[in-house]
Amino acid sequence: MADEALFLLLHNEMVSGVYKSAEQGEVENGRCITKLENMGFRVGQGLIERFTKDTARFKDELDIMKFICKDFWTTVFKKQIDNLRTNHQGIYVLQDNKFRLLTQMSAGKQYLEHASKYLAFTCGLIRGGLSNLGIKSIVTAEVSSMPAYPDTGLHPKTPRSQPELKPRVRCSTNCATQVLR
Amino acid sequence: MPRPAHRKPDYHKINKDLFVLTYGALVAQLCKDYEKDEDVNKYLDKMGYGIGTRLVEDFLARSCVRRCHSYSEITDIIAQVAFKMYLGITPSVTCNNSSRTEFSLILDKNPLVEFVEELPAGRSSLCYCNLLCGIIRGALEMVHLAADVTFLQDRLKGDRVTEIGITFLRKLDEKKYRRKK
Repeated sequence: MADEALFLLLHNEMVSGVYKSAEQGEVENGRCITKLENMGFRVGQGLIERFTKDTARFKDELDIMKFICKDFWTTVFKKQIDNLRTNHQGIYVLQDNKFRLLTQMSAGKQYLEHASKYLAFTCGLIRGGLSNLGIKSIVTAEVSSMPAYPDTGLHPKTPRSQPELKPRVRCSTNCATQVLR
Repeated sequence: MPRPAHRKPDYHKINKDLFVLTYGALVAQLCKDYEKDEDVNKYLDKMGYGIGTRLVEDFLARSCVRRCHSYSEITDIIAQVAFKMYLGITPSVTCNNSSRTEFSLILDKNPLVEFVEELPAGRSSLCYCNLLCGIIRGALEMVHLAADVTFLQDRLKGDRVTEIGITFLRKLDEKKYRRKK
């Protein structure tokens, strides 16, 4: 859908804009990630409000996580989460084998370190959504591999292997004692 | 007839909201980062320029527009095809001068400001939607047309309508732009 292109481009510009105006260094990198994550947080809060205006009440945490994996992810990224795992004690691992915001990046390990910049906003999105559903959480993401293209000099449209996004979401029900970022 | 208690949310609308909310979060962050309105406006314009240079390819791929022979044709296409495709609105076009190089796009509805009540205090000269000006400018430059794009009127500042002015300057390249078939 056309809207998606606009959002993707806006997101990429936001990431490069935030980093362009910052200096080099570990501390600055952390600040930029925090900035992007906070923006995602705001958006996630607003989005989940509009989303759940007329939906049924959620039974429990797992129900909420399933909602995030199916409806929320489908609306935002046009596909469902591929795999959801949990230890039933507050940690959930969502796995997306073809993360929309990374599919346009080139193959190879060279850009793997930069992938985290493009995940910060989404982590904030999830955290904001959960926050407005009453769950305080920490969301982190990791990418194990970018799409890998065969070395033919051409760039086929469908990559062979997919990037994996595995945000680890730790949810705490005892909000008072949990100290969060 | 009373509304049913649980309704499926309008996913299409929510997807549009994602872009609008993200843009709002971006502007809010920029207002925190920059004190002067001119700086925020300039930054938004620059971001829009970066987006526009890439968006035009997406637009041309999706829309199959024919080659244009006049500035007014181009402005019509921006209003009736591009705006409709990406924002779902169709601004009306007026020509402002006899040599047909200055045009205005009048927006009755502006989806970007859907959640904006008013400009923040002390930010009276903020052009909230300046990203749009940058996008149009960047897109036109990629088809070898230099143009000045600014907001002439803005509903958020108290005007009756929102008006974007496009002034075409000289052509950037002597070679006519040919769309690859």
